[in-house]
Amino acid sequence: MMAFSPPFIFLLASAILAFLPQRLRAPLMLVTPVLALISIFSFGAGEHGVLPILSFELVIYRIDHLSFPFGIIFCIAAFLAGLYAWHVDDLVQQVATLGYAGAALGGVFAGDLITLFIWWEATAVTSVFLIFARRTPGAMATGMRYLIIQVLSGVLLLAGLLMHFHDTGSIAFEHLGLVSTGTWLIFLAFGIKCAFPLMHNWLQDAYPAATITGTVVLSAFTTKMAVYTLARGYAGTEMLVYIGAVMTLFPIFFAEIENDLRRVLAYSLNNQLGFMVVGVGIGTELALNGTVAHAFSHILYKSLLFMSVGAVMYRTGTSKASELGGLYRTMPITMVCCVIGAMAISAFPLFSGFISKSLILDAASKNSYYLVWFALVVASAGVLSHSGIKIPFFTFFAHDSGKRPAEAPMHMRIAMIITAFLCVFIGVFPKTLYSILPFTVDYEPYTVSHVLAQMQLLCFALLAFVYLMKVGLHPHELRRVNMDSDWVYRKGIPSIMPGIVSAVVALNQWVREWALKRLGRLRLTVSRYASPDGPLADAWGVTAMVAAVMVLILAILIFNLL
Amino acid sequence: MDQLPALQVMLPLVMAPLVVIVRHPKWSWALATITSFLACWVSWLLLQQVMDGSVIRYAIGGWEAPTGIEFYIDRANAGVALLVSGLSSLVLVYAYHSIQRTVDKSKHYLFYAGWLLCLTGLIGMVITGDAFNVFVFLEISSLSTYMLIAFGSDRRALVASYRYLVLGSVGASFILIGIGFLYAATGTLNMVDLAVRIPDSESPRAVLVAFSFLTVGLMIKAAVFPLHGWLLNAYHHAPIAVTAFLAGTATKVSLYILMRMFFSIFGDDYSFGLMLLNWVLLPAAIASFLIMSLVAIYQTDLRRMLAYSSVAQIGYILAGISLATQQGLTAAVVHMFNHGMVKATLFMSVGCILYRVGNTHIPSLDRLMSRMPFTVVAFIIAGLGLVGVPLTVGFVSKFTLISALLEQGWWPAAVMILVSSVMATAYIGRVIYLMLFREARGSTVTSHGYREVPILMLVPMYVLLALGLYFGIFGSQTLSLAEGAASTLLGGYQ
Repeated sequence: MMAFSPPFIFLLASAILAFLPQRLRAPLMLVTPVLALISIFSFGAGEHGVLPILSFELVIYRIDHLSFPFGIIFCIAAFLAGLYAWHVDDLVQQVATLGYAGAALGGVFAGDLITLFIWWEATAVTSVFLIFARRTPGAMATGMRYLIIQVLSGVLLLAGLLMHFHDTGSIAFEHLGLVSTGTWLIFLAFGIKCAFPLMHNWLQDAYPAATITGTVVLSAFTTKMAVYTLARGYAGTEMLVYIGAVMTLFPIFFAEIENDLRRVLAYSLNNQLGFMVVGVGIGTELALNGTVAHAFSHILYKSLLFMSVGAVMYRTGTSKASELGGLYRTMPITMVCCVIGAMAISAFPLFSGFISKSLILDAASKNSYYLVWFALVVASAGVLSHSGIKIPFFTFFAHDSGKRPAEAPMHMRIAMIITAFLCVFIGVFPKTLYSILPFTVDYEPYTVSHVLAQMQLLCFALLAFVYLMKVGLHPHELRRVNMDSDWVYRKGIPSIMPGIVSAVVALNQWVREWALKRLGRLRLTVSRYASPDGPLADAWGVTAMVAAVMVLILAILIFNLL
Repeated sequence: MDQLPALQVMLPLVMAPLVVIVRHPKWSWALATITSFLACWVSWLLLQQVMDGSVIRYAIGGWEAPTGIEFYIDRANAGVALLVSGLSSLVLVYAYHSIQRTVDKSKHYLFYAGWLLCLTGLIGMVITGDAFNVFVFLEISSLSTYMLIAFGSDRRALVASYRYLVLGSVGASFILIGIGFLYAATGTLNMVDLAVRIPDSESPRAVLVAFSFLTVGLMIKAAVFPLHGWLLNAYHHAPIAVTAFLAGTATKVSLYILMRMFFSIFGDDYSFGLMLLNWVLLPAAIASFLIMSLVAIYQTDLRRMLAYSSVAQIGYILAGISLATQQGLTAAVVHMFNHGMVKATLFMSVGCILYRVGNTHIPSLDRLMSRMPFTVVAFIIAGLGLVGVPLTVGFVSKFTLISALLEQGWWPAAVMILVSSVMATAYIGRVIYLMLFREARGSTVTSHGYREVPILMLVPMYVLLALGLYFGIFGSQTLSLAEGAASTLLGGYQ
């Protein structure tokens, strides 16, 4: 049974991969997800692969209404990433990709906390190689930071599950809720992987540092697995609504001013996660449907965006907005795909983002979280600005960089076109996605009011962008601020905006610098004591050792005899 | 079948002089290896006999205890004997090539004879039921260990051996003093008898002094944190096969004796109630794994780094002992086995590196993966086991240990174990990264292509690795053995 479960199919494939020549490795990367998909469909709902280990009943392979859609989208994402990475001839990356996808699937299908923990750590250990594989000192340092944070999350999970086990005597992974210290620790562990505010740094640090194909893979799994675990364990935890709302808002500032487009996408990934977390927090059937649907469509369009920016990077060697521009002339297909991804993430009607995000927005308003609803609407406008417009605009249009790269390679184009097709397909036929959601969907996204409201929002956000560009106020062109004193209301908001942006950024930087300095000083002290010839490590002479023995025995004797 | 316990000790003891007579390097190796495998088989048979909780009491020469000396085999020590003889067998196979680089051909027979004596001493310590006999076997194993260490390739091995000799002798004489006081207070040397007579001894002060000396003496031999100084140089400079063998067995045997003494002879009411031993052991354990893991991060030599990590791991075992609960002891015993396997594998892979590269300086290991893939893979998997990654044995024992600590509500200790695990990730991860990724720098001499080591070195290493993975995935087998051992220890002598 177990050998046919998706995670083991992936692990087996990654083990076989290591012994194959390159011309067989790339096809295997495509076959594996298909096999896993077949496994998911052929097993059907239920608990398969129950394994008694150490007096625990481990449930390796649980398919139910919640894990099913995540399993499917993970397989699709692994397939698309494999296609996109067809050209990669690097054993480390290929093995890591399959192992990582397998670990993420394992996490989703885990029916108990111990199995979950094992896969939880496995995602960390496998994914870090996608960063190491860039083989630069910077990537090494980033990878280590990433690994430490991920392992920390695992350690918290382990501590939490032990405590939870002590409290309840059960390791089943069902609804947990914030009821004890143990469940709080598990919550924190999930929160780190889900990039909660102030625990999010690893994401923006690591994803842009990975290889071109590595980023596409990374963007799909870890965070969505965390969303799944939150939905499983903490659905309806009200705190999540507010955490999610903050998550949707604060990355906007950073995304607006960021120059590295892959980092912009990393921030927007964070912002999209916020929507899902809000959905989990509301916890009604509609909201959970929204979360799952949004995770599903999000994986597709975020992969698409990373793919198109990656293709540009593959051809030009950079993903910096300031060095790109005008590429539509020579990379039209990449441009079209990027625009489709951008429209999907901005939730244009007829694109996948629209039909999933509306579920969450409606759930928020139906449960009278009006403030949160408003925050989400503001965040949606922000998404349009920094991901929907900024990414394609600065890459393919804007000022001409003079670069004339060739179109993306054939396999990348195919991968992007398939992904783009899926984004549109889901948007046009939402019923296909709705049919696999956890709960029955009684929801029609294409009503007049929905479409109108969304179009208004989009149009005004577009208008704002065009206006800001025209008057040169968009954060990138901040060098000169030309203000016409007649337009007071226009003056007010834009003059506050950069202020807030720079204040938030400066505060963030100050805190980090302070912490780094402290850490550096601590490290110096520790290394002085622990270095090979420091007092702790130096091999002690015979006299010293015997003296230590004498002191100890005397102490014990005196202590005991008195 | 009745004579198996005697065979267990006599086999290597008798074969050792035979090896000296044979003299031929290859034949002496073959003889020693076969003997060791036979001893391993014997301990396997013994383990099968006592698995159900029964006890084998074998009176040597037909002199019944308490007058005579007896071997006492139960669930608690049969497994330890199997660990010792099993590791000895595998490492002996491995040693054939490894020793040729460090020991002159004309002295091979001495080396293997010493090895067999060491094996005799270690197994004897484990299965004997007589306190004075423990000391005798301890001396046999110690003296041969000093010799084995002195076989190391450079002259620093002599100094290391000498320092161990001094410290080891101090430890041994402490143990002897302790046994002497016990004899004075109770008039018996048989362990079962001691356990009966200690509670109503007429001179509790003598018992107390005996207890203190025994504790400190065994702590020296087990290399518990402040008394670990001898171990570092000894492990670093000894022939690597000896290091692999000792790291897996010698300290573990001393820890086993420690447990036997605390729980079976004196009883945990005495050791942990009256003596408040957990106030001594737990701080030592925590200092052990925190400080030593930290120091390991900064080492530049692979062997030294692993030596520090050994002291840290001993800390884990000691933490389990200091709990004095069923679960804590289970964790200690299971970690004894698991760490024995993992550390022996690690030192074996380091030996392979030493065999080809010629040194174990960490910076000279860049991109070793491309040149010695099998060795590096073994190092990585065993290294992950040391860290305690799931599906490896390290995870089983750490999991048990942490849940045992939490059961007693010893929160901070559990947290510190996690902290030290993170440190272990750092020191192992650093080496793995170097081996896999870092480009070789021009200045190092690693640009020559290394070949993989001979098959005779790879096979025992991979057998041990496979065992480690097997027990990592199906941990319930070692766990149930350890649980049996723990309940036997806690139950005292029947």
